[in-house]
Parts: sequence; C-alpha cells; structure tokens
Amino acid sequence: MSKGAILTSVAEPCIKSDLPSMNPGDTVRVHVKVREGNKERIQMFEGTVIAIKHGGISETVTLRKITSGVGVERTFPLHSPNASKFEVLRRGKVRRAKLYYLRTKVGKDARIKEKR
Amino acid sequence: MLPGILGTKVGMTHLFDEEGRMVPVTVIQAGPVVVTQIKTDETDGYKAVQVGFGEAKEKNITFPKFGHLKKAGLTKNVKTLKEFRMDDVSGLELGQEIDASIFEAGQKVTVTGTSKGRGFAGGVKRYHFKGQHMTHGYMTHRRPLSNGATGPQRVFKGSRRPGHMGDETVTQKGLKIYKVDAERNLIMVDGSVPGANGTLVIINKVVK
Repeated sequence: MSKGAILTSVAEPCIKSDLPSMNPGDTVRVHVKVREGNKERIQMFEGTVIAIKHGGISETVTLRKITSGVGVERTFPLHSPNASKFEVLRRGKVRRAKLYYLRTKVGKDARIKEKR
Repeated sequence: MLPGILGTKVGMTHLFDEEGRMVPVTVIQAGPVVVTQIKTDETDGYKAVQVGFGEAKEKNITFPKFGHLKKAGLTKNVKTLKEFRMDDVSGLELGQEIDASIFEAGQKVTVTGTSKGRGFAGGVKRYHFKGQHMTHGYMTHRRPLSNGATGPQRVFKGSRRPGHMGDETVTQKGLKIYKVDAERNLIMVDGSVPGANGTLVIINKVVK
C-alpha cells in the first residue's frame, strides 16, 4: 500500500459522503454546532462561497456575508462534525474560482448573477 | 514488554476528535518488529533486546548480518537492526513478532528521526541570523558579517558559521499518541515528527 493510500484510508472514516455540490458564487447556509457549557445548539451561518480549497479531509469552504455593514468571512472544514449540514440556497454564475475581489466591492457591485 | 518500536513515517493528515476539533496527526507505519537478539548480563554485560524492522533483498544483506539473522532463526531478511536497553528481558524470545499494539491512545512517547538534509546552508537559514537589507545600498544581504573581536586574532571554535544543516538525529519528547490501529500497525501521533516521509523513526515509551 502506498503512503498516499494509507493516509487516505486513515482519514476515510471522518469524510462525509452526503455533502451537496458547492461552487464559488453559491449562497450556502451552514448549520454550525455550538457548545455552551454542557448545552449544544445549532447556529446558522449564511453567506456566499468565495473560495473552496480541496484536498481530501482538509477541504474547506470560505463563506462571506455582510452583517450590519461589516464584512464577515468564515472558513468551514467541509468534513468537520461541527459543520453538521450544508444547504445550497442559490446557485451563482461566476467566472472565477476564487472570488476574493468581492472584498473590495460594496452594495450593488458585490452582487452575483443567479445561474439559470 | 518492549519499551519502543521502529517504524516508517508515512506522512501527515488530520482527523476530527469527538468534540469536532481538527487534530493534525502524523501517521507512522510501526512494526511489526522481530526479536533478533537478546543480550543478558552473562553474555554481554548488560541487558537489551535487539529487534529488526523492514524488509531487505537478500543481495543487499552483508554476510555478517546474514549470519546474525540466521543465528536468530529468522526466515525473512530485515533491513534495520536496533537495540533497546531493558531492565527485564524475560517474556521475550528470539523470532518473536511485536506489533503496534504495545502502544495505546493517550500515551506520551519520544520519537527519534533523522531531520531533512538542507545541504550547505547560510547563517540566515541555519541560525536565524537577521541578515541585512536587500536594497538601499547594502551589498552584504545575507552574509554573516562579524566573526568576533580583533583581540584574539582568530575565530573561536564553535562560532555560528554557514555549513551543513539537517540530516542529523533529532529526538522529539513528550508527543502524544492520538490513535493506534493495531490491525494495520499504524500509530497516529498528535503533531509532527522529525524527518522526511518514508524514513525510519523510533518510537519510545520512555519520556526521559
């Protein structure tokens, strides 16, 4: 067994198989598990996918949203048990893989066309 | 029981623990090792157990080593031989196979490996010298500059100069075992481990 195959097989049990296909420009809602003391509750985070980083168990998705005029970005490991559910709300039409240019855009400029 | 085991560093990945935290782990293919010699006070003046690990082609084994392994009654040729000092060698016999199950999750270990070779490296890389400016008229850039006072008219031995870096034995103490896969002889160590992927590492139970 090659080194790469061993590493893949080690991480395999942690990998989720039921993830929806997400692309840059999509609007996604994440159900985040939050622990407060002994209690556990679900918090929602909704934003635009501005970057997806691949790589087996290390895959992450970066979401960006504007909350009361302040840009907020959060990166979620796709296979983390704390990010319990991903919902795709809207498919966006974009021409780039990384939408970092959205950071310099505000208001109407920061819109993304919907895929039809 | 053997205080340590030999293994090959496979590489790093990460896993999620029960609280959902990402844990970086180094995967080590540890064992199985086979006992090749048992040293006792009577025969050698000290107590130790020699174990062999890995596979080697017959043509690559020296004749003395071949004879040594034959004496131990081994059928396969091992690549590496390594000795572990022990206070009590009872319970071990020649040819016995020992696998990764001697370790358990949560245990603190010491891992020894050979660091990656950096070749002939300068002072900035080797000793973290600051270096000078790249621009603004500086012509020295990354040179080590002063080698000491003019008083002794020589450079003291042991001064930090450019030279060969890496490819030396490095021991990392107090590492934690995150998980053991006894079926496949895999040990997952929390964090990083010295050396390049595919090289020999020694995992010791003793944390000195």
